[in-house]
Amino acid sequence: MALLSVKDLHVSYGAIKAVRGISFDINEGEIVTLIGANGAGKSTTLNTVAGLIKPESGSVEFDGASVVGVPAHKVVNRGMALCPEGRRVFTQMTVAENLEMGGYTRSDAENKETLEKVYAHFPRLKERRGQVAGTLSGGEQQMLAMGRALMSRPRLLMLDEPSMGLAPILVQEIFDIVKQLNEAGTTILLVEQNANMALSIADRAYVLEIGTIKKTGTGAELLVDDDVRKAYLGG
Amino acid sequence: MSEKRPIISTGGRGPAAGGARRTLPMPARYAINAIVVLVLLVLGELMIDGGAINRYQSTVLEQVGIYIILAVSLNIATGYLGQLPLGHAGFMSMGAYGCSIFIIRVSEFLGVGARDFVTGTPMALLLVISGLVVGGLCAAIAGVIIGIPALRLKGDYLAIITLAFAEIIRVVMLNIDDVLGFELTGGAAGLTGIPGFSSFLLVFGCVAVVCFLIHTMMKSRHGRAILAIRDNEIAAEATGVNTTYYKTLAFVVSAFFAGVAGGLYAGCVGVLQPAVFGFMKSIEILVMVVLGGMGSMLGSAISATVLTILPEALRAFSEYRMIAYAVVLIIVMIFRPQGLLGSYDFSLSRIVERIMNRDFPWKKGDAPADAAEGKEVSADAER
Repeated sequence: MALLSVKDLHVSYGAIKAVRGISFDINEGEIVTLIGANGAGKSTTLNTVAGLIKPESGSVEFDGASVVGVPAHKVVNRGMALCPEGRRVFTQMTVAENLEMGGYTRSDAENKETLEKVYAHFPRLKERRGQVAGTLSGGEQQMLAMGRALMSRPRLLMLDEPSMGLAPILVQEIFDIVKQLNEAGTTILLVEQNANMALSIADRAYVLEIGTIKKTGTGAELLVDDDVRKAYLGG
Repeated sequence: MSEKRPIISTGGRGPAAGGARRTLPMPARYAINAIVVLVLLVLGELMIDGGAINRYQSTVLEQVGIYIILAVSLNIATGYLGQLPLGHAGFMSMGAYGCSIFIIRVSEFLGVGARDFVTGTPMALLLVISGLVVGGLCAAIAGVIIGIPALRLKGDYLAIITLAFAEIIRVVMLNIDDVLGFELTGGAAGLTGIPGFSSFLLVFGCVAVVCFLIHTMMKSRHGRAILAIRDNEIAAEATGVNTTYYKTLAFVVSAFFAGVAGGLYAGCVGVLQPAVFGFMKSIEILVMVVLGGMGSMLGSAISATVLTILPEALRAFSEYRMIAYAVVLIIVMIFRPQGLLGSYDFSLSRIVERIMNRDFPWKKGDAPADAAEGKEVSADAER
């Protein structure tokens, strides 16, 4: 059975329909990516799954239980963590404090343990643990946002545009870490505009266009697909 | 510089604090702060009894204390939660009227005379303390009523809606007697016959307790959740913070303490008129917070002290006070937009720890690299 199952999801912002009937599944242990251009409804889908936006209709089931209408702060308890677009670290707190906030729903003892794991994945964060998060570089802030999401010990980690605004070398580093996290047992739902990168690490992918799913397949299949290449990979 | 510092850190916890660094255990920290508060209190009482501070000056000191409570309570909503409510005087007036009406009615019922409040019989003291709590609760209820709808809005919208709400409270206090058909608030003529229960001791005690409570709240996981909302609401929600709950909580706690301050104010001046709790009063309190530095309890306390004493000292020019306010605000906003102290907060225990570690500011080279992690909010000893 799928870990996350989204069926016929419709989301609107007022009169504007952002998502028009999207259905997809994620199995435990997979990396699944949603790719598409600006305004395709990728982030909206992700935010709806995370509970930040209420859908107009459709169902979202996580681990067999519906999460539609569950507020975002309770979705975390179910085992889903969102690493929001644009990083959104707590700028005035230190790195360590940010991570501590990430473990808000967990006990101190659990956090101590998780913190070591997060530091193992992100040695850079350990070096900078006393630094105020607002003074970190973009790449470090992205790592911090991911680390913070991991602190809640999610079964499903949702990443919204982790490569946004980062130098190519850092993008590579971030994606390597995503792969590592997946190998360590976290299921990953990745939303990306950088289709090339996303497809190269994804088990499966969905191509979104104006709020609907246009194509689906494995990452490798879509990487060589003519339509996808033309539209998103630059020929 | 100071705005780059963490507001509240993990303190002595965690491996980052450095193994060799000597730190104080929590009971010792509380003890040091408690001793300093007591010493200041005894000093103040001795000066009043000995005549070094005359009656007028001690009344001004009470006013200072009341404004400190108002400023640090507003600081919860502006500095820690990051919202901009403009209705603090409304909560203050809810507290003032709630507390006074409670004390007047109950003292009549119990037969506690006005003299008992001055001499301080146990019954009167109990009445005053419950009166202050009642005042705080009245303000807190008003805080819930306004907070739940208002906190859906942000920034200027929130400012306008809270401003309007404070005006509504003022108008209600003015006209409620006619509506109810019996005397409750005294309308425009004012509420008289409030026993003068405020004293230096009481106000000082309240300041210490309020600062301590706010400090402990902000150091707890609840406080951290409030700070997270200020830093980034969506991220806070995504990490599992119930943002609606904590926004309302911060708002209500802020209102509660404003209500307590209102109660003390009533006991200090003896007469309540709705006109006192107008829009300017809210602005006055906000100016104190902004001037002192949003998010700094010590900053709020210092600017509350200065801005209360200054107009008294410049009594002859008192009418120009608002001009001075405007000028001071403009100057501070140009040269120190983060307020006088930014988000820096004073911690006595931190200073003691520095001395214990022989880590003085003038010995820069020797300072441990991660000394910045020892920071924490501690303002319970500032007065």
